[in-house]
Amino acid sequence: MEYKGEGAKGVAVEIRNITKSFGDFRALDDVSISIEKDEFFSLLGPSGCGKTTLLRIIAGFETPESGDITFDGNSILHLPPEKRECNMVFQNYALFPHLSARENIAFPLKLRKMNKDEIRRKVDHYIHLVELDGHEDKRPAQLSGGQRQRVAIARALVCEPSVLLLDEPLSALDAKLRQNLLVELDEIHDKVGITFIYVTHDQSEALSISDHIAVFNEGKVLQTGSPYEIYESPSTRFVASFIGDTNIFPCIVENSVYDNNLEEWLITVQIDELGSTVTVTDYDDIEIGRRLYFTIRPEKIRIVGGERKLGENSFSGFVDEPVYSGYQSKFFVKLDNCTFIKVLKGHTTYLDDGPEIEWKDRVSVSWRAVDGYLVKEEWSEKR
Amino acid sequence: MKRDKKRINVRAYLYSLPMGIWVTLFFAIPIAIILIYSFLEKGLYGGVEWRASLAAYKAILNPNFLIVIWRTVYISVIATAICLLLSFPASYAMARSRHQTLFLFLIIIPFWTNSLIRVYAWINLLSTEGLINNVLIKLGIISEPIPMIYNLFSVILVLVYMYLPFAILPLFTAIDRFDFSLLDAARDLGCGRLRAIILVMFPAIRSGFFNALIFTLIPIFGAYTVPLLVGGMGSTMVGNIIVDQVQKTRNWPLASAFSVILTLISMIGVMAMLGSGKKKEEMNEKLL
Repeated sequence: MEYKGEGAKGVAVEIRNITKSFGDFRALDDVSISIEKDEFFSLLGPSGCGKTTLLRIIAGFETPESGDITFDGNSILHLPPEKRECNMVFQNYALFPHLSARENIAFPLKLRKMNKDEIRRKVDHYIHLVELDGHEDKRPAQLSGGQRQRVAIARALVCEPSVLLLDEPLSALDAKLRQNLLVELDEIHDKVGITFIYVTHDQSEALSISDHIAVFNEGKVLQTGSPYEIYESPSTRFVASFIGDTNIFPCIVENSVYDNNLEEWLITVQIDELGSTVTVTDYDDIEIGRRLYFTIRPEKIRIVGGERKLGENSFSGFVDEPVYSGYQSKFFVKLDNCTFIKVLKGHTTYLDDGPEIEWKDRVSVSWRAVDGYLVKEEWSEKR
Repeated sequence: MKRDKKRINVRAYLYSLPMGIWVTLFFAIPIAIILIYSFLEKGLYGGVEWRASLAAYKAILNPNFLIVIWRTVYISVIATAICLLLSFPASYAMARSRHQTLFLFLIIIPFWTNSLIRVYAWINLLSTEGLINNVLIKLGIISEPIPMIYNLFSVILVLVYMYLPFAILPLFTAIDRFDFSLLDAARDLGCGRLRAIILVMFPAIRSGFFNALIFTLIPIFGAYTVPLLVGGMGSTMVGNIIVDQVQKTRNWPLASAFSVILTLISMIGVMAMLGSGKKKEEMNEKLL
C-alpha cells in the first residue's frame, strides 16, 4: 500500500509511522508516506481525516507521539518550526494585517537580516511570479481573496524553502477562481521546481494537479499512487467511492480463471443486488467464496435505448431519473430487479446508439469485464 | 446622491445629540467652571471673589505641593505599569482558555462589592495587627510585624488591585479577537516564539493595549480614596490635596488649579503615549 518513490531525483520527504492523538481521538495512525523531490504531492481525504494534522506536524506546529519525518534523509522532528526548511500557505492565508502585501512578503527576508537591495529584488521577483504587480502596497484588508492567496504563496516561497506546504489554500475561493488559481499553482510549481505538499478534500483538485496522491480516512493512509492509479484501480471501498462517483455492490467470488489473451485473471462474482453474476478482471487470483465489493464507474457503463443484448455484463431496465448537466447526462437506471445503477453518458451520439434516451425509456446497460474492479472493505489486511 | 448624503448627516447629528448634551452638561461646563475658578481670587469663607488672579497657580509652585504632584505622577506610572505587566499574561491565558466565561465572571465578581469595603478589607489584611502579619508571626517566620500599610507600598498595591480588571478586560478583548494562526505563520517564516509575539501579536492588539492604559492610568492619576485610606504622610496624592483645599482650607481657586493641572498632565501623558505608540509602530515596520 505504501508508495515507493522511484523517480530519478530521490525522496525529499519521508514520513515514517507517524502516530498522533488528541485525547481519545486518534488523528493519525501509523502513517507512512514517501514524497519525491520536486513533485506535487496531495494529501486527500474528507474533513477530520488527519491530513491537516500531518501537514502541521511537518511544519512543526504539532508533535507526533511516535514516528519520524526526514527531509533529504535528516530527521526534522527535533527542530522548531522556524528552523525547518519548509514554509506553509495557511488555509485562511494568515497574512499580517498591519503590513502591506510587499511587507508581508519581505517579512521572512528581513528576519534573516538580508540587505535592502537584495530584499527588494527578491520581493519584486516573487510579486511578479504570483502576478501581484500593482497591488504590492495594499494591506491584506484591501485585497481580494485570490490576491491574498497570491501574497500568502509569495510569502511562503520567498525564502526558497525545499518544501512548500499548502493547507487547503483554495477552499475559501469561489469555484471559477479556484479553477484559475489551480492552473496557476501548477505553473508556479513548474517555475520554482520544489516539492509541494498539498492538503485538500476536493478530489477533482487533487486528481487534476498532483503527481501523486495519498488518500486518507480516519487517520490512516488507504492508498498512495498517481491520480490514474487512484482513480482506475482503487484499493478499498472508501477510495473507490471517495474519488469520483461509482456504483458499488457487495459480491461473492464464484470462479476465477486465468485468461491468456488478457494476461489477467477473469473472475466471476455473484452480486445479490443484481441477482446475477458479473465477470471482472483482476491482476491476481482471488480465492473462491471471498466477500468483496464490485465497483464500476458510471462513465464506463454503456447505455442504449431499447432491449438489446450488448455482450458481457448486460442488464436492462427503465430510466428513473435523467440529470442533464450540459456536456453530459447522468441516468439513474432502475434495473428489472429494482436495483438502481448510475450511468454517465457524454452527449456524443454514435450510429448504433439508437434514439435519444428520455425519462421512463426502456434501456439496456452493459460494461466490459476490464472496466469493473473488486475492492476490499477498509481495514482487512489481505485482499 | 448628494441629497442622500445630507440626510445621513442630519440624522447622524440627531443620533449624536443625546451624547452631545450629556458631554456638554456633565463634562464641558464643569471643566469650564473649574478652569475659570482657578483664575479667580479665593473667598474668605470658601467660594470665590470675581477678580482675576494668578494666586492659585503661584501657590502650587510651593515645593510641598510640587512634591505631591511629582509623587502622583510616579505612583500612577508604577501602578499602571504593574497593571499592564500583570494583565498581558492574564489576558493571554484567558483568551486561550476553554473556560473564558468562568474567568470573566471571576474578574467581574469584585465589582459586586463596594470599592470602599474592598479597600477596608485590604486594611484588615495589611495592618500591623492584620491577617498577614498575624499569620507570619504565628508561624514564626517573623518576630516583628512588617510595616505594610500607610506607605507607598500599600498605596501602589491597592491601586493595582483596584484597577487591574480595567486593564485585563480591554486587553483580553483584543487578544481574544487576535488570529492565533498569525503566530504560527510568523514562526513558520523564521521567528522564535517570543519574537513572533512581539512582531505580530503586539501590533494587532495595540488598540486594546492603549485602552487598557487609559482605563488604568487616568483613574489612578486622580485616585483619592486609596491614598486616603491606606496611604500615609508620604503617599498623599493630588486627589487628596484637592479635597483638603475644598473642605478644610476652603481655597476653591487652589483646588481648581490643582484639578486643571491634573487634567492637563493626564491629557498630555496620554497624548504623548498614543503618539509614541504610533511612532513605535512605524519604527517596528522599518526595523522589521
